[in-house]
Amino acid sequence: MSSSFSVIVNGKEEATTAASVMELLQIKKVDPHMVSVEYNGEILDRTVFPSTHLKSGDKIEFLYYMGGGTA
Amino acid sequence: MMVKLMRFSETQIQRYSRHILLPEVGGKGQAALLKARVLVIGAGGLGSPVALYLAAAGIGTIGLIDGDVVDLSNLHRQILHHTPDVDRPKVASAQAKLTALNPDVTVVPHHERLTADNALSLFEQYDIVIDGTDNFPTKFLANDAAIFTKRPLIHGGILRFVGQVMTILPGQSACYRCIFKEPPPAGLVPTCQEAGVLGALAGVIGTIQATEAIKLILGLPQPLTGRLLTYDALASSFRQITVRRNPKCPICGEQPTITTLTVAEQQVCELPTAALLSNGGAA
Ligand SMILES: [Zn+2]
Repeated sequence: MSSSFSVIVNGKEEATTAASVMELLQIKKVDPHMVSVEYNGEILDRTVFPSTHLKSGDKIEFLYYMGGGTA
Repeated sequence: MMVKLMRFSETQIQRYSRHILLPEVGGKGQAALLKARVLVIGAGGLGSPVALYLAAAGIGTIGLIDGDVVDLSNLHRQILHHTPDVDRPKVASAQAKLTALNPDVTVVPHHERLTADNALSLFEQYDIVIDGTDNFPTKFLANDAAIFTKRPLIHGGILRFVGQVMTILPGQSACYRCIFKEPPPAGLVPTCQEAGVLGALAGVIGTIQATEAIKLILGLPQPLTGRLLTYDALASSFRQITVRRNPKCPICGEQPTITTLTVAEQQVCELPTAALLSNGGAA
């Protein structure tokens, strides 16, 4: 059982056991194709979600695609 | 200041008095607004409040591009259009309302879709472009055309109860592709048509877009650049996320791979096969 640590997701501090950005997305049931992820101020390429390891204090923003307007 | 004011007619001085009273606007700023040319992509949920406030402010030329006709299901949020306008081209319905609101304004209707063929020449005719479209191929096309023509672009998006806005100054601040490299797989991100949207949310986001355009024309500091402003109507809260220019951005990064306009037309109607691996929910 891995121990939890705290990260800041969309401005809110929360405890997680996710080892990587990809795992965090999976735990939160967010399809990786539906978001862009900003990790400590930098937009990540989708290909590095699994290899980006999380540590205490990391700041993660999920930026969602939004349409809107016409139709 | 008095010299500038002399240019206005009596009715213009009355009409714009509450703007002219603001030191940040004044006669000079109002004259700049009357000379400005703004293109609004989409005369729908976002385009309605955008165009109404721009017209009220006396933006000299407002271009509207939209190939659709008004549908009854549009009316809960597309406040430019009224019940008798159903089946009328949106740009014609919009033009009638905007010129009735302010005869000083020249409305240029473009009853067509934004395409890779018309985007550049269209953008070049305007000072600022406002993105009020709902579909991702057009949002990316607008971003790319703005980068190529160096026109400021004010992005807006809405879905369910959440909206986002960002001002893009090409070559200076993060662009849409700095955040979202490419359109999402077709069918994965629901549209308003599929997922629903709170009508009044379009008013919040569109009004911020209009405000940003007016600030740019007036040369006011602190545009909404380098930050994505998001509004959550359920939580009644705003957040802004700092977004830097992405060196790997495919269009404004260090080694751009996009050098001409293309539209991912094929993505519009195809459903992804492999991409539907989980049940992500955006809101
Ligand atoms: Zn960019």
